[in-house]
Amino acid sequence: MKLPVLAAACTGLFGLATALAFFYAPTDADQGLSQRIFYFHVPLALTSYVCFGWGAWKALRYLRTRDARADLESYVAIHQGVIFAALTLLTGSIWARISWGVWWSWSEDQLVLFLVLFLFYCAYFMLRFSVEPGPARANMCAVYALFGVVLIPVSFLAIRLSKRFIHPVVFNSHGPQMTGSQFLTFCVCLAAMLALFATLYSIELAGKRLDGALRELKELLA
Amino acid sequence: MNYVSDVAALARKDLLLELRAKETLPSMLLFVVSALAIFHFALPRGTSDVAARGLLWSALVFTALLGLTRAFVAEREQGMFDALVLTPVDRSAIWLGKAIAVLAFLVAAEIVALPAFAAFFHGLNGRTVAAVALADLGICTVGTLFGAMAVAGRARELLLPLLFLPTAIPIVVGGVGGYLWFLALYDAIFGLLSWAAFEYVVVET
Repeated sequence: MKLPVLAAACTGLFGLATALAFFYAPTDADQGLSQRIFYFHVPLALTSYVCFGWGAWKALRYLRTRDARADLESYVAIHQGVIFAALTLLTGSIWARISWGVWWSWSEDQLVLFLVLFLFYCAYFMLRFSVEPGPARANMCAVYALFGVVLIPVSFLAIRLSKRFIHPVVFNSHGPQMTGSQFLTFCVCLAAMLALFATLYSIELAGKRLDGALRELKELLA
Repeated sequence: MNYVSDVAALARKDLLLELRAKETLPSMLLFVVSALAIFHFALPRGTSDVAARGLLWSALVFTALLGLTRAFVAEREQGMFDALVLTPVDRSAIWLGKAIAVLAFLVAAEIVALPAFAAFFHGLNGRTVAAVALADLGICTVGTLFGAMAVAGRARELLLPLLFLPTAIPIVVGGVGGYLWFLALYDAIFGLLSWAAFEYVVVET
């Protein structure tokens, strides 16, 4: 019974993260209150990368072992990743509106990269739901998921090439550009977001496995 | 040497089919010229070279998509996939043969499209032609793999653009900007990946 523990930890971490983000972290001198969305926006983005990476890892495992469980795990991770990516686009857009006055900025490379990834992984669902379930579908989905993690750095490079950027770069070669209390808040928020991913991932996976088991039982009965 | 002759035989089969049936290439040619004509009217008078070049790239990507959509239709409809999978060749040779055939169609379409573009708009420079040549490689390698995936689905004509276009965005970025090294890098990475991945995409049904 790992799931209740995980869910409880996630709730606790999230409460702590929200409290830290609103009451502990210093208010940004330049942007004021709106900068606090950073503590959600960036962890969301990093978590969706983790989801896509995890999905690709499971896809690779599937291609190696031909284990149907790995296929399901890869799908669930990518499903979660798309949800986190959608939230990243949403929070990023809100932040852009407040701090730059526009909902969308093409000269802002991270938003564009997320749009590309979002489109790419939405097509993953189209692929998955238009092919009959079975090993052929699992193979194709795995290959597509692997293309995704290769596309991330390539698109990133492409978008960097095509734009000048106004997006604040928080992590550069000199380490994180944050004060201690900001960094602590950020780490807690990131941990909370990752815990949220782990929880949702386990729940969805448990549900999907239950579905599968139920279908098998029904088929046995019929 | 065996691998090369397998690939050559497979590519020859596709080219021969096209020569007899004339299904894909004429429609690609017509499509690309009409797209360029539409772009001429879509652009306001006196727009810059850069805007026109951007439209050239979208015309090329969509023309390629047209060819890629057709690429595996014969295999799927005539049940030729099973025969291909049963033949004693490396599976990646099937991919390479098909990619070469698609590349030949695309290049043939561009031999008409690029002069037409130069005549309709502002002319071409050598860098753009080189970028088009490099982009063709990337488009055909990735597109052939995704094309093989898309024909397995129910909505095959619909599925391929959805799979292919997000992956093609870096090609357009590199092409419009004229970053030849980037296009070469893209070709190398995705070419290798598609080559390695194809054997998982065609499985005996």
